[in-house]
Amino acid sequence: MSPAVPGVPIEVHDLTVAYHHRPVLWDIDLQFPEGKLIAVVGPNGAGKSTLIKAIMGLVPLASGHVKIYGKPAEEGRASVAYVPQRGSVDWDFPTNALDVVLMGRYGHLPLFGRPRRRDKEIARQSLEKVGMLEFANRQISQLSGGQQQRVFLARALTQQARVYLMDEPFAGVDASTERAIVTLLHDLREQGGTLVVVHHDLQTVPQYFDHVLLLNLRTVAFGPVAEVFTAQNLQKTYGGQLGVLTEVGERLRNTDWSRRRG
Amino acid sequence: MNGWAQRFDEVSFAPGTDGFWIVLVGALVAAACSFVGCFLVLRRMSMLGDAISHAVLPGIVLAFLFSGSREILPMILGAGALGLLTAFTTDLLTRHGKLPNDASIGVTFTFLFAIGVILVSRFTGQVDLDLDCVLYGEILYAPFDTLKLNGADLGPRSAWVMGTVALANLAFLLLGWSRLKVCAFDSALAAALGVNVVLWHYLLMAFVSMTTVAAFESVGVILVVGMLIVPANTAYLLTDRLWLMHALAVLAGVLSALGGYLLATALNGSIAGAMATVSGLLYLLAAVFGPRHGVLSKQIHQRRLRTAPAADSVSG
Repeated sequence: MSPAVPGVPIEVHDLTVAYHHRPVLWDIDLQFPEGKLIAVVGPNGAGKSTLIKAIMGLVPLASGHVKIYGKPAEEGRASVAYVPQRGSVDWDFPTNALDVVLMGRYGHLPLFGRPRRRDKEIARQSLEKVGMLEFANRQISQLSGGQQQRVFLARALTQQARVYLMDEPFAGVDASTERAIVTLLHDLREQGGTLVVVHHDLQTVPQYFDHVLLLNLRTVAFGPVAEVFTAQNLQKTYGGQLGVLTEVGERLRNTDWSRRRG
Repeated sequence: MNGWAQRFDEVSFAPGTDGFWIVLVGALVAAACSFVGCFLVLRRMSMLGDAISHAVLPGIVLAFLFSGSREILPMILGAGALGLLTAFTTDLLTRHGKLPNDASIGVTFTFLFAIGVILVSRFTGQVDLDLDCVLYGEILYAPFDTLKLNGADLGPRSAWVMGTVALANLAFLLLGWSRLKVCAFDSALAAALGVNVVLWHYLLMAFVSMTTVAAFESVGVILVVGMLIVPANTAYLLTDRLWLMHALAVLAGVLSALGGYLLATALNGSIAGAMATVSGLLYLLAAVFGPRHGVLSKQIHQRRLRTAPAADSVSG
């Protein structure tokens, strides 16, 4: 992972996405800054996953475009690793953890190629980084939810990307996996990586992330957590669902912002 | 005792005998079908295989009418076109017609098959093809339709056709292994990695269509559907490894061909029907006695959990 040319990892311009004529994302304009850990938060159906999928070219865009390091998205996607939601695949598929991780290398394979020894080495190293090497030969159906999530992260690591897009990596994982993921995210950021993470737990946003995107169909606010993660913006994003918010508001007031890096 | 002994005298698998050729054709059909059937099953598209095997009928009849012969190449092209049309229409109805996937498959293939039935009955004088043959196949006659080259008898034509198709499917499977696997397991990741997911989907559908049309002539629609799906599902119950699933599916298919021939001779009934029946029985055996997914092993496992709840219920 070489930071090489600094630039704008992901630029989203005028983006609108609609399912069956109903817009799920409306006129999104964003520039994700390099080397930051960025949370995407918003209520259910706010378009968080859709935004990630739109950047990856997995849903048709009604309008707008995406640029990756200044290039059209189709050309730039090789430098982006995508971690889909864990529930998006069939974990009864007959394969083992190492094999799933190896799939991250398929973008590097020639048309009819098979993974080489080097690809397998990279896959093993990635499994080690998420503390899953001892489970390399375990059938994926026999892994716990947290372990499955770690396998997905290891798979993204094998892509040796500069940008990571993760859809709810913390959903339904145990506490030790959550700590392991946070450590991994911070390591990747230290190495110059840019990480965009769909996140559902508002309380941990100030603790884990540098920037936050508050999303509900449109961009409600985007910027450093210290500036935009305010009770007022949360109120705008989540509307009437106040119950969730009071506790977060309480925490925000008690957070010592000076300790955090920008 | 005597009756059985007599029957086994009649049933011979020595090379060159009718029994040998019939079982060989059945086994080749099984292999060809398993090579594409496993990924159909894993992608939860079992019914699409069923649909394609029926929907190719109008394609076959039209190919007959245009080429005026039973040559395999025009038939494969006609069936291939209809097979892809089925996959495409199903996709279209699901995406834009707001139909659930199973409903759009049902609508598509019954419609196309019905057109095929009309075509067969209308042009039955012009084409050497009847509905019974399409539905049930004539594997019994396979040994009599032989391929001759410079006067030398090379054995049944259907053995050569199915052998070629099985090899083509195996080559497709081996060359496309990585791509097929990632498309089946996680198509979103595959697309994100730059794999042409749509292309691989239709490639698989094209090979399924080709296999179906090559096999239907000898074994009929019913056995093609059975061989595409049933051995693959049997293998799915028996292993958690992808390559082993393919190998076991071929094995289950070959055993079905062999057992089906024996059963048919014993009962003096339809060979294709008996082969499909045996493959169903093998599935039943796997479902009951399978090592991990079988009904019995699950029962035993649950009983163990009940007696020692603390030890097993903690997961990593």
